[in-house]
Amino acid sequence: MDRLLAAAPNRGKDPLELQIEAQSAVALMKPDGVSNLSRRSFLGFGASALVLGALLPAMPVRAQTAAAVKPGTRVPAFLVIGKDNAVTLLSPFVEGGQGINTGLAQIVGEELDVHPSRFTVECAPPGPDYTVINGLRMTGGSLSTRSSYPLMRRLGATARDMMIRAASATLKVTPESLTTEDGFVIHAASGRRLSYGALAPTALALPPRDDVALRDPASFRYIRQPMARLDVRAKSTGKAVYAIDQKLDGMLYAAVQHAPNQGTLVEAIGNEAAVAAMPGVHSVHRLPGAVAVTADSWWRARKAVDALSVSWSAPARSGLDTVAADYASDGMLAALKSATAAGLPAERAGDVAAAFARAAKVIEADYDAPYLIHGQLEPPSAMARFNPDGTLELWAPNQMPEQFQSAAAETAGLAPDKVILHSPILGGFFGRHFLYGNATPFLQAIQLAKATGRPVKTLWSREEEFRMDALRPLSFSRLRAAIGADGRPTAIQARTVGEGPLSRWFGAVFKDPVDRSAVEGVTGKPYAIANRAMDYIKFPHPVTIAFWRSVGHSMNDFFYEGFLDEIADAGGQDPFALRMELLKDKPRHRKLLDTVAAMSGGWKRGPYEVDGVRRARGVSMASPFGSETATIAEVSVQGGETQVHAVWVAFDPGSIVNPAIVKSQVESAVALGLSATLFEELVYKDGVRQSHNFDDYPILSRRSMPTVHVEIVESGAPMGGVGEPGLPGVPPAVVNAVAALTGQRIRSLPLAKSKLGV
Amino acid sequence: MTTLHINGRAYPVAVEDDTPLLWVLRDTLGLTGTKYGCGIAQCGACTVMIDGTATRSCQVPVASIGTADIRTIDSIEDDPVGRKVVEAWVATQVPQCGYCQSGQVMAATALLKRTPHPTDGDIADAMTNLCRCGTYNRIAAAIRQAAG
Repeated sequence: MDRLLAAAPNRGKDPLELQIEAQSAVALMKPDGVSNLSRRSFLGFGASALVLGALLPAMPVRAQTAAAVKPGTRVPAFLVIGKDNAVTLLSPFVEGGQGINTGLAQIVGEELDVHPSRFTVECAPPGPDYTVINGLRMTGGSLSTRSSYPLMRRLGATARDMMIRAASATLKVTPESLTTEDGFVIHAASGRRLSYGALAPTALALPPRDDVALRDPASFRYIRQPMARLDVRAKSTGKAVYAIDQKLDGMLYAAVQHAPNQGTLVEAIGNEAAVAAMPGVHSVHRLPGAVAVTADSWWRARKAVDALSVSWSAPARSGLDTVAADYASDGMLAALKSATAAGLPAERAGDVAAAFARAAKVIEADYDAPYLIHGQLEPPSAMARFNPDGTLELWAPNQMPEQFQSAAAETAGLAPDKVILHSPILGGFFGRHFLYGNATPFLQAIQLAKATGRPVKTLWSREEEFRMDALRPLSFSRLRAAIGADGRPTAIQARTVGEGPLSRWFGAVFKDPVDRSAVEGVTGKPYAIANRAMDYIKFPHPVTIAFWRSVGHSMNDFFYEGFLDEIADAGGQDPFALRMELLKDKPRHRKLLDTVAAMSGGWKRGPYEVDGVRRARGVSMASPFGSETATIAEVSVQGGETQVHAVWVAFDPGSIVNPAIVKSQVESAVALGLSATLFEELVYKDGVRQSHNFDDYPILSRRSMPTVHVEIVESGAPMGGVGEPGLPGVPPAVVNAVAALTGQRIRSLPLAKSKLGV
Repeated sequence: MTTLHINGRAYPVAVEDDTPLLWVLRDTLGLTGTKYGCGIAQCGACTVMIDGTATRSCQVPVASIGTADIRTIDSIEDDPVGRKVVEAWVATQVPQCGYCQSGQVMAATALLKRTPHPTDGDIADAMTNLCRCGTYNRIAAAIRQAAG
């Protein structure tokens, strides 16, 4: 009882708020959990040093370098200004559709005084200058803009000051007599102008000042404007270059066939000589958990690798330590449901036991969500070349350059500073391109380049990507609520059972036994339910799990907000009115609810008829990645199939850089959330994945796309994330609308597997 | 040896007859604007125009093409309709990751060449390409804008 009475801290912390020292950031480069991984030979590289944290030797070098440089301060590491006054910004982040390149050009351009349209933005190479997220560098967690906004403004302002000082020396006038205008320093008194490009060689060699004043936000010209993205024309004319488009002189193309059961190994190849003699084939290779063919075109390599007759070792017969021969996702879900382990407190408040004892009514429900693939449309590829000077040069899609550089160095047997990593723009990512064990072709590219002595581009077919992609974990929560005589909830309890990607891959730094990425969205809700006991039970998956757009929120807000509608129904309350009531002391959240209601023409749950077809609406809220959302969805059910007609999202990320990009990101997150709600499910049966391509794993198409209305509310709260937060409200809003329409409460996604009637 | 007629030029290529056009474009000829997404004509990232018809090049063996006129995204701005489509794509700020957009622009161009003023139903029927960023509504808006 005492334990329950003592309010425990909310563990739903954002990584930004966690103090990460440079030293511990280095540890992030090491995949998590040696003890965990030692039993996970299924990771494919098995006994190879790679997964066993052998990135450690790289650490001292990295730590020293990191200590010598204060990230984000050395202007020449970020800005290259040509004689033609063209500005190139080397970004700590990678562009994958989220618009970060344009946003950074706006932020830096605002302070530097260069129009954003004149920027070229490229992902910077690995290096200590770019570890700008508390000593860490990655593109994820919807962190890019909010983590670097002050730093990028300061960088631009510092560079502008260097231009002015260089011009002052050149023109022999005081700095105070100089102004700037879109890439020029101007001496108004004499009418002289010097371009940044002409000044750059001397300006960028000056010692930067660390006390340069920033612009008054009231005078912003670029920040907060809906400026055009820098990349749309190239992306509309086929000129944008992705990893898959890269080519090197003398390059071989490699295609791969992975073991049907993850973690099994090549025992024999029956027809190696015949395949080696196929047209264009260079060589046949055995890799950990895979076979590969290199050839003079990828199509020839693929035909050859598909023709290989391979005998694989047998998987374990049973058990959940590996992807066993009888592994099944429904079996895994059953195991999560029947887990009896005591939970760790993820969120605690009040006296739950007493509240349940006094309850007029108690309800309980089980919610689950399936494994999902990322489905980014660019299949993974990587290109590797060993250069004559002893360096290894790599082109690989990635969200974390230092992590890939370290793993590449280890695989190649080189020091990290001998690995040159290029990080091309991504043809979508949604969390796909962190290093998840062997769920990447880039280690194979290195091995094949080494084996053949030639540059190699390894490309996975879509089918191989379906076999190897790291998955959004399947998860399960059991929710209970106590409802008072007045129909309002007095207590809520959750048992969330499963595993999050944060502890799997970054446990070296995020040591909290309660994995935030597993519970976020069941915890951290804004509602005034005084008594709360949200528990986490860790239950490791044998499969490779991953971050997926909005991570734990992608499931947990569905669980919680779906259950909140059940609470409303059980208490005889309207779900919108109940949320308002539970948020009476939360003006930020009430404003979002008011806004989304107004956007949709006033809250109405329905059902009601439109053109002779019954429709209904559902509402939900979410607090992901430092932002707040309120979502309403309108649905009908026809022929047992859910059609979503419209989605309204009121979105409060505190403050913004580019309203057009923010709206696009919310639209995009809605589409992905809807895809997961309606269609997506990666099923394991008999130890193998049951989907192979987009024909047997449908994703959202135009046919199912609703109208999407987004309104941005800038509350002035600390800047939150943008790329992911639009997603978590969608599944519960849709499911709540389906319940309002049909009376059927869907607690297991996707909707496609439920029989719905009106 | 097969001769392909691509973007107004003749390209002799020496590949197996069953090689999909997509891989001849990308690997043999270096025309990488046309994208590989699924290889089974589901996603449409590889869409080109063959004699004016939007066609998924991953399922077209080179031997089946003969002397047909192949147009790819690489020459889209040489086509007056294609140029209008590109301008509408830019004005509407359609692309996010952009990977599917070569195929989307080709499918939209083929649609507008055949049906200069498409209805919403025409757009739905013609634009079946997948977009994982969910830019479908902006694609439809851009097509309506290009149609004028």
